[in-house]
Amino acid sequence: MIYRRFFNVPTLRVRSPWDELHRMRQHLEHVFDDAPQQRVSAGVFPLTNLTEDKNNYYVRAELPGVKGDELDIQVTGNNLAISGERKIAAEEEARYHRREREAGTFSRMIGLPGEVDTDKIEANLENGILTIVVSKAEIAKPKQISVSS
Amino acid sequence: MPDIQSKELKVRDKQEMTSPAEQTTPGLVFTPAVDIFETEKEITLLADMPGVKADDLTIDLRDNTLTLSADTAPVDNTDENEILVEYETGRYYRQFTLGELVNQDNIDAKLNDGVLRLSLPKVEKATPKKIAVKTG
Repeated sequence: MIYRRFFNVPTLRVRSPWDELHRMRQHLEHVFDDAPQQRVSAGVFPLTNLTEDKNNYYVRAELPGVKGDELDIQVTGNNLAISGERKIAAEEEARYHRREREAGTFSRMIGLPGEVDTDKIEANLENGILTIVVSKAEIAKPKQISVSS
Repeated sequence: MPDIQSKELKVRDKQEMTSPAEQTTPGLVFTPAVDIFETEKEITLLADMPGVKADDLTIDLRDNTLTLSADTAPVDNTDENEILVEYETGRYYRQFTLGELVNQDNIDAKLNDGVLRLSLPKVEKATPKKIAVKTG
């Protein structure tokens, strides 16, 4: 920082051209921090939702047009790996008006927050939605503690 | 040219519908991604609609306007706590204006693994006729 002394003014900072930008950035950060629904995405296909109840973790992902046998799901410790390929069949003699759907391979790792029972995992693909139900390990399940009075 | 089939898929947020009119029912509305292509005989539309059951899908064709709308049943997770939320679910809605005449009696719609395949056969008038060019 550069400071210069002018007359009686104790210290006056020389305004740099970046000051205004810095102020704007701070303001923007402030605005976005206040956004009510801030979703954090890992930035990896497919987009995944993770929920839990007392006994299980539920991993859900939207995979339209993907067949069950084109999916590879593996579990190591409490990491769940989902990989596969989305294929779009080539159409004969087709002239395209729009092409928004994409084909390709994907691979994603999801860390589950607690210990899991790797023998009790079920995956189900229905209407293009993949649901994986992962049982929590006994130590990770919450125990009800009764209060005696 | 790289092989299209083997490229890695990029993550894309679900496209929320931007509409000038406000919805009367609460909930989010999404625009499904579509492929539209035509052959000499028909126009085919493919739409990604994960979570939609055949009964919940409405396809309406009126005055050259094709409307797709679908309700999705919300996931029954009242006693589940959210840990990570990367996508939301809601209705799907999209409208298209068809440039060509479509034979309304033979429209065929199939829904497989969350992908809708809609075949709209062209009427006879719209199928292109080969025009012979004479020389001499």
